[in-house]
Amino acid sequence: MADRLPNLLAIQGMTRAQVESLLDRAASLEAGAEPPRSLSGKVVANLFFEDSTRTRSSFEIAAKRLGAEVLNWTTRGSSVSKGETLLDTVRNIDAMGPHAIVMRHSSSGAAALAARAARAVMINAGDGTHEHPSQALLDAFTLKRHLGPLEGKRILIVGDILHSRVARSNLRCLTLLGARVTFCGPPTLVPGEFAAEGAEISFDLDRALEGADAVMMLRVQLERQTDALFPTAREYARRWGLTQARAERLPPGVKVLHPGPMNRNVEIATQVADGPRSLILEQVRHGVAVRMAVLEACA
Amino acid sequence: MIDPRNGVDGPRDVLLRDGAVAEVGEKVSDPAAEVLDAAGKWVVPGLIDVHVHLREPGEEGKETVLSGSRAAVAGGFTAVVAMPNTRPPNDSPQVTELVLARARAADLCRVYPAGAISKGLLGEELSEMGELLAAGCVCFTDDGRPVMSAGLMRRALLYARPLGVPVMAHEEDLTLSGHGVMNEGPTAARLGLLPVPRSAEVAMVARDLVLAEEVDGRLHLAHVSCAESVALVREARRRGVRVTCEATPHHFTLTDEAVDGYRTEAKMNPPLRRPEDVAALRQGLADGTIDCIATDHAPHGPLDKELEFDRAANGVVGLETAVPLALELVGAGALSPSRAVALLTDGPARAFGLPGGHLGKGAAADVTVIDPSAEWVVDAERFRSRCRNTPFHGRKVRGRVTHTVVGGRAVFEEAQR
Repeated sequence: MADRLPNLLAIQGMTRAQVESLLDRAASLEAGAEPPRSLSGKVVANLFFEDSTRTRSSFEIAAKRLGAEVLNWTTRGSSVSKGETLLDTVRNIDAMGPHAIVMRHSSSGAAALAARAARAVMINAGDGTHEHPSQALLDAFTLKRHLGPLEGKRILIVGDILHSRVARSNLRCLTLLGARVTFCGPPTLVPGEFAAEGAEISFDLDRALEGADAVMMLRVQLERQTDALFPTAREYARRWGLTQARAERLPPGVKVLHPGPMNRNVEIATQVADGPRSLILEQVRHGVAVRMAVLEACA
Repeated sequence: MIDPRNGVDGPRDVLLRDGAVAEVGEKVSDPAAEVLDAAGKWVVPGLIDVHVHLREPGEEGKETVLSGSRAAVAGGFTAVVAMPNTRPPNDSPQVTELVLARARAADLCRVYPAGAISKGLLGEELSEMGELLAAGCVCFTDDGRPVMSAGLMRRALLYARPLGVPVMAHEEDLTLSGHGVMNEGPTAARLGLLPVPRSAEVAMVARDLVLAEEVDGRLHLAHVSCAESVALVREARRRGVRVTCEATPHHFTLTDEAVDGYRTEAKMNPPLRRPEDVAALRQGLADGTIDCIATDHAPHGPLDKELEFDRAANGVVGLETAVPLALELVGAGALSPSRAVALLTDGPARAFGLPGGHLGKGAAADVTVIDPSAEWVVDAERFRSRCRNTPFHGRKVRGRVTHTVVGGRAVFEEAQR
């Protein structure tokens, strides 16, 4: 089993040793046969205040593989519609005695707030635009399988960095593992302050692609057009989209990732998403083992 | 005794009679008088806070004129200016009269109501400024909302000019602050909290200085928080613009790093800023660019603060921590004692044309006694305010109000330890 953790709230504050311990355990879970039923008789409560396909399903399967029963709570059909607060929801579910709560919420800091109110182990499945630690772990896991040790590797993350918890968690996780991260996107969506955390900042995708060992594309929310953050999907795709032409110019070993869901032909050309460089579905596959390692380690 | 307006800064006796200052001298005696021995302490004019939210009418669960007055006098304040963003807002003589009636009933500090600039604080039509003034208002403001329309602000400054009171501006361009919840900078980026760029304040400060100059209006800037705002005020004043401004203790003490951990007790509007801003505010307080320290006392209960950061209400209480925080600046060498006292007395009185702010013969007997060396720890549980939302709970501070006197009557005495 990986090193014990009290919670998984953020990559920020974790050590390299803790991260590598989780990744090593995920690898052995994926390679091995039946996992130990370490959560047998326990309940894992998924508290998802935001929609999710991959993360929720992945945590559910991971929990079941470890022998847990899973409660799937979503906002739809809940008393949130009657005005019940986050804290009251957490307290009430926690009072039913789950071993772990896996929570996704639209407010940055929600995971830490909920953790203070709950006795159960708290696993952050995404809090606002702050962190999505299990995503960063599975991304690192996927990258290591193809690039080897990440020391000195150059990882390019492209898109709406300002609103991306995936970008923040990946920056911290990849930097911990010795990689160098570049953020690229429209200036309105790429805060310069990340240079202080070690990221390189670029607004020119073609230049940023040169020398990248892997490229991670982030979904751009088309609703952001109304906030004047970028003009149109067409302009966005032309300047910051991973088009077929751009993908073809990449050296052979350079891989493409995306946390999903994708806007095909906006931030990523549909042929690239389905093409030979794409590790997108592989990321999802590894997510199960990574989340098993996380659930095992948190107690 | 420290009375900056009258140039007093040394040992004195002061005799109060019939609610006024009767005599000030090196040795004054009156056998019939009750004696308050303030040896080793500072005797200063009653402190004045030109920016407090008393929440009454409409949000009495958070604060009332009475509880706010208790907090004020415990903090050494003998007068406060009450902001109009109540429910209903103070855009009518009826609401003004209600606030004044509550203040009379509380019978603690003086409460000067601020009237709205615009009807309903909607930023569209001018409020009945003349009526509000006649009812007892001492200034006009739409605080905590900005006046987004430059046209309306210009008209307000112009219309208010013959009324002889300031228009107080909450400077925040809402199209710039947007969904932001804390200062734009490295802390916001790290925490994943949407940023408020500094231009949200600075651009509007610049706008209103231009307007005030053009119509020769009298402008007071609420809670300046950015270095650039201080610089703009300094420069406008040199050109003769009739502008005054205030800064809050939380803005001159803390940076946006206080938000770390998503602490909603460090969430307010305008937000905490960067070290350069704290330095610029301190410089402005020292060199007179900033006229007064004002707390922007904004009570909120746990239901409004114990929430996700982006949903928590903006604001912190401040009446009961202003004096020790001002004294921290004295201790740090940023302000002289006389300057610190002026910022809490003479400065606010002049900026708003209020009586008091000094202890010359004939002045109202509003006096605050401060023990500058008393060491204590801020304990929000002991606040007289109804609310506990402060970022300073647990802070070791030096300097404490021991007595507050209004109109010759002691309205607060710190219990002996």
